[in-house]
Amino acid sequence: MLRFAPWKLASVLALVAAAILLVIPSFMPTNTVDSVAARLPGFIPMRQIVLGLDLQGGAYMLMQVDDSSAIKSQVEALRDDARQKLRDGKIGLSGGIATQPRGVLVRISDPAERDKAYALLQSLSQPIGGPLAGGNGRTLDVTETDSGVQLTLTDAAIADKVRHAVAQSIEVLDRRINAMGTKETVVEQQGANRILVEVPGLQDPTRLKQIIGQTAKLDFQLVADPGDPPNEVETLPMQKGGGTITVQKRIMVDGADLIDAQQSFDQQTGEPDVTFRFNLRGAQKFGQVTSENVGRPFAIVLDGKVISAPVIRSPITGGTGQITGNFTLDEASGLAILLRAGALPAKLTIVEERTVGPGLGQDSIDAGKRAALVGAILVVIYMIATYGIFGIFADLALGVHILLIFASMVLLEQTLTLPGIAGIVFTIGMAVDSNVLIYERIREEAHLGRSVISALDAGFKRAFATIVDSNVTMFVAAAILFFLGSGAVKGFAVSLGLGIVTSIVTAVTMTRMMIALWYHRGRPSKLPI
Amino acid sequence: MKLLRLAPENTKFGFMRFRRVSYPLSAALSIISVVMFLFVGMNFGIDFAGGTQVDMRARSGEAHIAEIRHEAESLGLGAVEVQQIGSDADVLLRLNVQPGGDAGQQAAIAKLRDAFSKDYEFRSVDSVGPTVSAELVQKGTLGVVVAIIAVLTYLWFRFEWQFAVGAIIGTMHDLLLTVGFFCVTQLEFNQTSIAAILTIVGYSLNETVVVLDRIREVMRKYKRLSTAEIIDMSINAVLPRTIMTATTVFLALLALFFLGGHVIRSFSAAMIWGIFVATYSSIFICSPMLIYMGVRADVFDKPKDQDADAKPAQPRVKA
Repeated sequence: MLRFAPWKLASVLALVAAAILLVIPSFMPTNTVDSVAARLPGFIPMRQIVLGLDLQGGAYMLMQVDDSSAIKSQVEALRDDARQKLRDGKIGLSGGIATQPRGVLVRISDPAERDKAYALLQSLSQPIGGPLAGGNGRTLDVTETDSGVQLTLTDAAIADKVRHAVAQSIEVLDRRINAMGTKETVVEQQGANRILVEVPGLQDPTRLKQIIGQTAKLDFQLVADPGDPPNEVETLPMQKGGGTITVQKRIMVDGADLIDAQQSFDQQTGEPDVTFRFNLRGAQKFGQVTSENVGRPFAIVLDGKVISAPVIRSPITGGTGQITGNFTLDEASGLAILLRAGALPAKLTIVEERTVGPGLGQDSIDAGKRAALVGAILVVIYMIATYGIFGIFADLALGVHILLIFASMVLLEQTLTLPGIAGIVFTIGMAVDSNVLIYERIREEAHLGRSVISALDAGFKRAFATIVDSNVTMFVAAAILFFLGSGAVKGFAVSLGLGIVTSIVTAVTMTRMMIALWYHRGRPSKLPI
Repeated sequence: MKLLRLAPENTKFGFMRFRRVSYPLSAALSIISVVMFLFVGMNFGIDFAGGTQVDMRARSGEAHIAEIRHEAESLGLGAVEVQQIGSDADVLLRLNVQPGGDAGQQAAIAKLRDAFSKDYEFRSVDSVGPTVSAELVQKGTLGVVVAIIAVLTYLWFRFEWQFAVGAIIGTMHDLLLTVGFFCVTQLEFNQTSIAAILTIVGYSLNETVVVLDRIREVMRKYKRLSTAEIIDMSINAVLPRTIMTATTVFLALLALFFLGGHVIRSFSAAMIWGIFVATYSSIFICSPMLIYMGVRADVFDKPKDQDADAKPAQPRVKA
C-alpha cells in the first residue's frame, strides 16, 4: 500500500508551489503587486488577499430606500404633470390640486370643464413595463368624482418606482462616493430595498454620511407674486441665515436636466460658486422661463431649502448658469459633486453601520497573527513531543494546510476577517486530528502484533473512513454559516470550510507520502511512535 | 527519544459505570441551562438587541470611566453601559436602541461624536437599527435550526437509528450547556457566538462519530460481549485520540483567547467550553444511550428487522 505513483508526488509538489506563488503577492507592497499584475495576462491571479473592513479599517453602511419618500416624490411629480397638462389644455383650475398619500385630486367644480380635464388627464396613465410585466398594467387609476378628477398611483406603479429608485440610488451613490476619491468601494443592492456601501480605509464616516444622506434635488422655482393663489405657493426656509421665502409650487426647471456642474469663482466678487450646464431640453426650458420672467426673482431650491433667489436680469439661453450663495470652497465643491452625481430618487435611512478605524484594524491583525503563531507553535511542539518524527511529518502537513487556506482564499477572492483568522487558528487544532486518528490507529495495529508496514497500511486505511465522516459534520456547520452568516462571521465560515477540505488533503495525502518515503528509505523494523 | 503520552496506554476504564452519575448530572445541568435562559437570559450584543457600541481610546492614555458615564448619561440617550477593555485607555460604550426608528440611532452616534471625539479616538462604531437586529435574530435562529436539521439528516443516513438518537441527544446536550454557559458568564452573545455554537455542534458530532464508529466496529467483531463492555472497550481504544485532539484544539483556542483581542474573546471562551462539553458528552452521554436503547451486537445481523422503515441506513461494509 505504501507506494504511490511518482506523478502523485509531482502533483502534490506542484500544488504546493502554486500555492506559494498565489500567496507571495500578499507579502509584497501593494504598489509593486499592482504594477506587476498590470503587465501579466489577466488570467494569472496575481493579487493580494482581501482584508475585511474589520482588519483594514473602513466604513460599512446598510441603507434602506424609504418607500414612502419615493412615493411622495412620485406624487409630487404627478401633481406637476397634472398642472402642466391642464395649463396646456387651457382648463381653469378652480380648486387647485390636493396631494394625497398615494395620488392627487384635481378639484374642478364645473362639470363640463371636469369632463374635459378627465379626458385630458387620462393620457397621464401609461402602460407599465411592456407585455412581459403582465399585459395591461398601468401607472394610474383615473376616476371622475363629484368634486374633481382623482388620480391614484397603482400598486404596480409603486413597486416599479421603488425598484427604479433602488437602482437609481445605487448609480447616484456610486458616482458620489467615487468622487470622494476612495479606492475599492462597494455599492450594491441587498434584498429588495437595501443598499450596501463599503468604503475601505475611511476613518471618519461623517463626510460619507453627509454625501449619502443628502437627496440633492435641485429645483428652480419663481418667487411668488402677491397675486398668486394661496394654494399654488409655498413658503420655504432659506438655507443660510434663517428667514423664509414664498415661492410658486410649480417647478420651472429641475436638476434632472443638468449635465455638468463644477465649482468655480464668481467673476465679480471672487467668491466660490457652482457653474452648471443643462442638456438641450433643460437649456430650452431654462431659456424660455428666463425670457418670460426678466426682472423677477428666481429661487434656486436644494432639498426644499432656498440657496439664493437672484433676479433674472436677462434671458439665459446658453444653457449654463451659476449658483451663488455665500458658499465656502468646500460647500461649493460638495454641491458641485452632488449636482453632477444627480439627485437621489428617495430618502435613504442607515439601518446598520459599522466603522472600524485603521488603528483597531491593525491591532486586530497583530492580535490575530500573534494568536495564530502561538497556537501553531504550541500544536507543533505538542505533536513532535507526542509522535517524534511522525509529529514532524504532521507539522509539515500542517504548514502546507495553512498555506493552502491562504492560497485558496486568494484564488477564490474570499475576504479575510478577524473571525476568519479565528477559524484558521481553530483549524490548526483540528487539522492534526486526522493525523492523530491515523497515528493512534497505527499504534493500535502495531500493538496487535502487526509488522511495521502492515500496521502503517491498516492505520491509514481504517482511519480514513472516520476522518471523512467526522469532517463532514464540521463542513456542514461551516456551509450553513456561510449561507446564513453575514459580514465578518462569513469570514469564519470561509476559513473553517476551506480549512476542513485542505486538512484532509494535507493530513491524509501528504503525511502518507512522507511516511512512505521515510519507510522506503530506512525500512525500519520498529515504529517510532 | 521518549515520547509524551498524556493518555495512559491500554486503559480499561469502566466508563459505562459512570452513566448513573453522568445522566443525572447532565440532566440537572441541562435543566439549569434552560431555567437560566428563561429567567436570567443571555447578554445579547447589539447584533441581536440593536443599539450602538463604540470602542473609544483616550488620547491622553487614560480613560475616565466615571466621567464618560456621567457625560454620556447627560446626553439623554437612555441607559449607557461603559466598560474598560484591554488597556487603561480603551473603553467600550454601549447604548440601547434609541427611539425614533433607524434614524434615531444615527442621531445618537452624532451626539456621541460631538461629546467625545475631542478627548477620545473612535476606534470602532457599530450601530444596528431595530429592523436589522430583528432580521439578524431570525437569521441566527434559522442558522442554528437548519444546522441541526442538516446534521440530523446526515446522522439518520449514516448510523443505525439507535446510534443516531444517541448522537442527537449528545448534540442537544452540548447545545443546551453552551446556552447555559452564555447565561452564567453573561458573555456577550452576538453573531460570532452563533458561529461558536455551530462549530461546537460540528465538533461535538465529530467526537461522537469517532466514538460511535469504533463502537460499531467492535460490535461486529465481538458479538459475545455485553453492550457495556463493548462500549467501554471502544472508548478506551479511542481515548488517546480523544485526549490528543481535545488538547491540540484547546491549545489553539487558548492562544486565541489570550492573544486574539477582545473582539473574539467571547467566541474563544465559548469554544473552549464547547470542546470540553463535546468530549464529555461523546463519552458519557451518547455512548451509554446505546445501552438504554437496548442496542446489542445482533443489530448488525438482521439489518432488515422489525424497524425496517425507521432504518434507511444500512451499516456500511468496511473494506
